[in-house]
Amino acid sequence: MDKFDVIIVGAGLAGLSAAYTLAQAGIEVVVIERGDYPGAKNVTGGRLYVNPVRQYLPDIWDEAPLERHVTNELLTMMSSENSTTIRFRSEKFNRPPYHSYTVLRATFDRWLASRAEEAGAMLVTKNLVDDIIKENGRVIGVVAGGEELGADVVIACDGALSLITEKAGLRSPGDPKNYAVGLKEVIELPRETLEDRFGLTGDEGVAQLFMGSLTQGCFGGGFLYTNKSSISLGMVVGIKDLMEKKPPVEVPNLLDDFKERPEIAALIRGGEQVEYSAHVIPEGGIDGLTTLFSDGLLVAGDAAGFSLNMGITVRGMEFAIASGVMAARAVQQARERHDFSAASLACYQQMLEESFVLQDFKTFRHAPHFLENPRLFSFYPQFAGRVMEEVFTFGEGPKAKLSDTVRKHLSFGEAWRIARDLWGGLKI
Amino acid sequence: MSGRRSLKAKLGVNVFKPDKTKHINIRPGYEKDPRLKAAVLVCPAGLYSISDRGEVELDIDGCLECGTCRIACGPEVLDWNYPNGESGVQFRFG
Repeated sequence: MDKFDVIIVGAGLAGLSAAYTLAQAGIEVVVIERGDYPGAKNVTGGRLYVNPVRQYLPDIWDEAPLERHVTNELLTMMSSENSTTIRFRSEKFNRPPYHSYTVLRATFDRWLASRAEEAGAMLVTKNLVDDIIKENGRVIGVVAGGEELGADVVIACDGALSLITEKAGLRSPGDPKNYAVGLKEVIELPRETLEDRFGLTGDEGVAQLFMGSLTQGCFGGGFLYTNKSSISLGMVVGIKDLMEKKPPVEVPNLLDDFKERPEIAALIRGGEQVEYSAHVIPEGGIDGLTTLFSDGLLVAGDAAGFSLNMGITVRGMEFAIASGVMAARAVQQARERHDFSAASLACYQQMLEESFVLQDFKTFRHAPHFLENPRLFSFYPQFAGRVMEEVFTFGEGPKAKLSDTVRKHLSFGEAWRIARDLWGGLKI
Repeated sequence: MSGRRSLKAKLGVNVFKPDKTKHINIRPGYEKDPRLKAAVLVCPAGLYSISDRGEVELDIDGCLECGTCRIACGPEVLDWNYPNGESGVQFRFG
């Protein structure tokens, strides 16, 4: 059996960040990826926040093939016939170093893999890791393409479903309440058209999030990100809500309905859909995390459940990068001890706890519960729409005061529930 | 449905490489299991359908390997694996 220092399963952000860090430290590492190239199986909605991860991969961001830096943040509440949008534009967001970028993973992951290879990592694509090899309860390697490969440590970075950690006994199959499904279309538009349409100069970009009637009461929302010459348009819907929804709806139809909304149709007009992708997203928060290490095994990225819904954004990629780097550092420490047991690899958990990764999970531990509130996806967008409609409507009779308009659509019971929701929101 | 692209056309722009075997299979005897019905609703590629006999059927062509059916239905009713290397969807944008 061929033996390496470290085997990484999956060339996503976690796996590649770990490989890059290990290779830079001169450690023999092989990344096994089932896609034809890194990124071939990877999907994002579309935005990466760089500040949290700059220190973990300090020397890569200047050259990274990112799409546009986001200067315009839009939040849209949709009701069946109207929508209310808040548009925030910041010059601060338009000054380098930019804090967030839109991104396409097939481009970015392939580039990050090439950096890891330059640093000395080995990359094996087109190979599925079928199983792990255990000896006396500890992980000692993997089976890929019918071949057995040994390692001191295996790092499972095989994504949200992580069959590897399941086979290792670190987790049971996912529960629908802890996952959402994301669907996305990439729609190409000429660069000039896109910039004119969204009011962008140079490499500035837009991130727009939608909530309300588009998910028909289900937990979730829509997103739109501008890339250099394409739009990433899609939505995220809670799987449990979809399964229980009355009347039932097939999820592809939700995306088609969303696309047909006049607000969206005008933005994508004349564009060519060039890809349709989908993926499950872990959204269980701290309760949805898997066991993070065992004898000879570490788990990073989505495989560990490191994805967090913070209400207006779902974050996963920063956690993937940071946890990948920390897994690599944990391996370095374990090597100094010549000990790859769970007790030795436990330093990984400690590093995560001292970093933004597990601290964010603790801070936002109430978020999944708060976001389960169906009023967020139905009542509030409708309420905003009704009030706006009246504010901007002049009828035959005298015009009511704004306070009367608001009161008309708000019973005492509703006001009380809003206060309670606000209180719940403040706890996040 | 005027102006709406069919799901097949939408999937048709993706790059797919055929696999030697079907990577997701409904476990024999579970075709009518109520847990499988969720797959019809949650599959982004619309690959699950219910036949006249009330059995859930899966057409694997166009599978995005997203994992939603495995989460919704569970591995007791679905024998769920990733496709072999060099097969399945290859995202060019992601």
